[in-house]
Amino acid sequence: MKNFSIKHPENDGGMNPRIKRLRKESIETPATLTIERALIETAFYKENYGKYSIAVHRARNFYEICAKKTIYIGPDELIVGERGPKPKAVPTFPELTCHSVEDLHVLDTRELQPYHISQEDIDTYEKEVIPYWKGRTQRERIFGHVSKEWEEAYHAGVFTEFMEQRAAGHTAMDGKMYTMGLLDLKEKIARRLEKLDYINDPKATNRQEELDAMSISCDAAILLAERHAKLAEEMAAKCADPVRKAELEKIAATCHWVPAHAPRDFQEALQMYWFVHLGTITELNGWDSMNPGHIDQHLYPFYKKGLEDGSLTYEKAKELLSCLWIKFNNQPAPPKVGITARESGTYNDFTNINIGGIDRDGNSAVNDISYMVLEVQEELHELQPGLSIHIAENTPDDFLIEGIKVIRQGHGYPSVFNPDTYVKELVRQGKTLEDAREGGCSGCIEVGAFGKEAYLLTGYLNTPKILEITLNNGVDPLTGKKIGLETGDPRSFKSFEELYNAWHKQMIYFVELKLAANNYIERMFSLYAPATFLSLWIDDCIEKGRDYYSGGARYNTTYIQCTGLGTITDCFTTLKKHVFEDKRYTMDQLLAAVADDWKQEEPMRLYIRNHTPFFGNDDAYADDIAVRVYNDLVSAIAGRPNTREGKTQLNMLSTTCHNYFGQMCGASVNGRFAHFAISDGTSPAHGSDTKGPTCVVRSLGKLDQTKSGGTLLNVRFIPALLRRQQDLEKFGGLIREYFKLGGHHIQFNIVDAETLLEAQKDPDNFRDLLVRVAGYSDYFNDMTAQLQNEIIARTENDEL
Amino acid sequence: MALIFDIKRYAIHDGPGIRTTLFVKGCPLRCVWCHNPESWSPVPQRLYKQGKCIGCQSCVNVCPQGALHLTPEGIRPTGKPCILCGACAEACPALAMEICGREWPMEEILAEVEKERGVMTDSGGGVTISGGEPMMHPKTVLPLLEELGRRGIHRAVDTTLYAKPELVQEYASRCELFLLDLKTMDSAVHKRYTGVPNELILSNYRLIASLGKRYWVRIPLISEVNATEDNIRASADFLSSLPLRPEVVDLLPYHDIGKGKHERMGTTYNPEGLPLSAPDGRQLARCENILKAAGLTVRIGG
Repeated sequence: MKNFSIKHPENDGGMNPRIKRLRKESIETPATLTIERALIETAFYKENYGKYSIAVHRARNFYEICAKKTIYIGPDELIVGERGPKPKAVPTFPELTCHSVEDLHVLDTRELQPYHISQEDIDTYEKEVIPYWKGRTQRERIFGHVSKEWEEAYHAGVFTEFMEQRAAGHTAMDGKMYTMGLLDLKEKIARRLEKLDYINDPKATNRQEELDAMSISCDAAILLAERHAKLAEEMAAKCADPVRKAELEKIAATCHWVPAHAPRDFQEALQMYWFVHLGTITELNGWDSMNPGHIDQHLYPFYKKGLEDGSLTYEKAKELLSCLWIKFNNQPAPPKVGITARESGTYNDFTNINIGGIDRDGNSAVNDISYMVLEVQEELHELQPGLSIHIAENTPDDFLIEGIKVIRQGHGYPSVFNPDTYVKELVRQGKTLEDAREGGCSGCIEVGAFGKEAYLLTGYLNTPKILEITLNNGVDPLTGKKIGLETGDPRSFKSFEELYNAWHKQMIYFVELKLAANNYIERMFSLYAPATFLSLWIDDCIEKGRDYYSGGARYNTTYIQCTGLGTITDCFTTLKKHVFEDKRYTMDQLLAAVADDWKQEEPMRLYIRNHTPFFGNDDAYADDIAVRVYNDLVSAIAGRPNTREGKTQLNMLSTTCHNYFGQMCGASVNGRFAHFAISDGTSPAHGSDTKGPTCVVRSLGKLDQTKSGGTLLNVRFIPALLRRQQDLEKFGGLIREYFKLGGHHIQFNIVDAETLLEAQKDPDNFRDLLVRVAGYSDYFNDMTAQLQNEIIARTENDEL
Repeated sequence: MALIFDIKRYAIHDGPGIRTTLFVKGCPLRCVWCHNPESWSPVPQRLYKQGKCIGCQSCVNVCPQGALHLTPEGIRPTGKPCILCGACAEACPALAMEICGREWPMEEILAEVEKERGVMTDSGGGVTISGGEPMMHPKTVLPLLEELGRRGIHRAVDTTLYAKPELVQEYASRCELFLLDLKTMDSAVHKRYTGVPNELILSNYRLIASLGKRYWVRIPLISEVNATEDNIRASADFLSSLPLRPEVVDLLPYHDIGKGKHERMGTTYNPEGLPLSAPDGRQLARCENILKAAGLTVRIGG
């Protein structure tokens, strides 16, 4: 294996002039909104809605877009295809949620993450798009259905809802597209259609509709590729530069071949993936866009073959891979509706590249492409894609150390995952061992069986908020509204058990509100938004003749993401120790102090901060409570049936939602001020871990993480701790130790507070400062001041 | 029981691998640049961090001796004797009051160490006993080292070597690695800056080397003390003449982190105002080159 060495970020390293130009263009082009997709779709719906089954209607709609959208091939490009008419132009999806004129103005002019759009386009949108969709969007269906209780809890910030604006996503691919083209799939569909039994199978007609729709989706994507081939040919004919002419001819030949057929060489393999990616993110706007899965395993055979037959060199392969990387960065996330979009504002669409880890047989899967991906990621360090390295017990140390060198650069990636744990998680959920091993993470930290599972994330649950409501006997103190159960005046509680049980009852109540609405929403996607192109790539949608959103996948999981484990644990230990055990403070005193945001009680607040056992210090007093809360959340959520013959599971993720959830909470008894962020994922609360990272990982290790579908641990390190080769090895030792304890994921923000403060004051000079947020990286400058402050406040490890 | 004032986990600069470092209290040297002056006294001490104090007088109110009072300069001793009961530290909301140093029963130390065993052994690390001067507490530290050895945990002792040779031998037989300072070859300068001459230390160096004991050397580089060509050349000659050479020599440019610590103890940093400054890049490079030329493995900032 070639011994790759990661270069310093200031050194452009191996980026050749083409990649430098494409990267610069990608980074400097502002995000824009395109109304092209909405116009094609609205016209199609107006003309055709009601003529076909919904599945066929959706597939024809997709065909229409592929047939009419603007085709773009930019100078220097080797891998082609954009979701919009040009790089960084993002379409809207009015069938799911229709932006108002006001939304479009806000998006155009807002300070953070603007999406520019012309007044002319806004006028057209107002005239052509908005009137048709009024009352017909998924969002309106959802909000028109949910109960008053659900809505109150939603607006109070008890939970969020993923699918009110975007389709369920978290989709990652297995290797089938590298051995089967769309013509092969069409053939497979035709054979399946022939076998339909309209007499004995009452669902045969449904299956036929879905299969017909899938077949149309194949034609649509082939057409899209052919249109690129045609444009490339036209450009080649006019091209005076013989080198570029040859490149355009190769692009044309590639697009004639894939995705209709299985790829034959490295470039075709990349272009194949890109067409599948584009199809998926054009058809719908799924969360976490789309993910190539174990790209190093998929690409390696093409790389090896190319080297062997002399058609490829290392440099050429790296250039092509870099071209694909730039394509990811050219697709900002579709923007939300609503003025604030408080939950999460980012251009990041969460494609998370998985490298390393294990193959279907459990062997180490690290190969030359794994290292090449590290190198490309390090050199390009764009916002997208994200990267994760997968470190099983049998993963070579070399790969871990090379990964750490990229971590050390402080771009916020790669994050680190433990296949030994997540394979257990997936097997526990009912996957076969092989399918589980083929799994990995998509998006942030959630894992699934790549190419075989539809796992829908439905929203975050604010566990500290539920405690706040419990401590106010069912009332949300921020609004004075009663939104929860009356579980008793906490001043009357005689024991910690009584308090805990009240929270537990309240938690079950809110979980069930969420579950009920989840099932309705899933059903709406099944009925109105089948994903007939995506279904082609997910086993066993063709065999079952069922859609990705209707239980067609081999595995069908629904997730609720619980947040704030650190904060709620610390609140419980505070109450247990100081109110019920030591009786230093009465419940009344504490409640009065938090109601007043500690204004008159700074000594009490400090005493609690400094004299309470908190989560993250390997202290059984706190960790036992964390384990109890976690286990109770698992019991409340895991195993509940969804509408797709699958089950609901829990994972412990917050992305940026711990900030929004913090805003929606008053002060909490652990000494947290009102509206400050709650803890993220399963990380300790801000400033609660004071004994260093080994204690943090041991506290986390006490959770049986295999019961979840993912946990998130965020640790900040300053570069000073990663200077020497031996530091990298020790850092690797810390990661290995956490994974031995059953850790699922760990990620690092490598940056010093001084740099961040400087960046806050002088944003212009820190445009490319990427930091890890929670499950993904973002530009520091693109964050709200609140999120920036939170990142600065996260426990520094420099005093260890 | 051992008088420990701090336990540092994920210690990556105190020997090989990830280590757990135990800091014992009490030291025969008084290096003016010391960044752990709270380690000097071999008995527990009350420390006060004025920057953290919120003036709430919780400490004043709980002190059974009436030993504290609030003054415009913050909390100050009244002159009545402190019995180190710790009530003030327990009552202080802000962690401004601290009792530095506590007698830890051996089982408790071992329990803390055992928690770290996984990460220590996997990374090729272990326990480092630092200080203070570990050799000031043979009655507690030697049995501790012995027990750690019995449990198969790698042991490093971070010592000034200012101790009787017999004692050094005792420690040598109970650890795998010594972490040693080499401050200056000039005994007079050594005495001026550390309070003790260096002859005993240098002869203990020879003893360790003749015993075949592995050791690492750290030189805290200070322009006025040791960062001169003559001294570094003498240091290089000395180290390379030993029957066993150090595995590595770490050069640590001077920093004045010790200042803040003195304030907490109510003492003065560098009371005689001896000149102290960090070597510049050229000086540092020269030192490095001299040591390397003598065939030593040198690292900067180890």
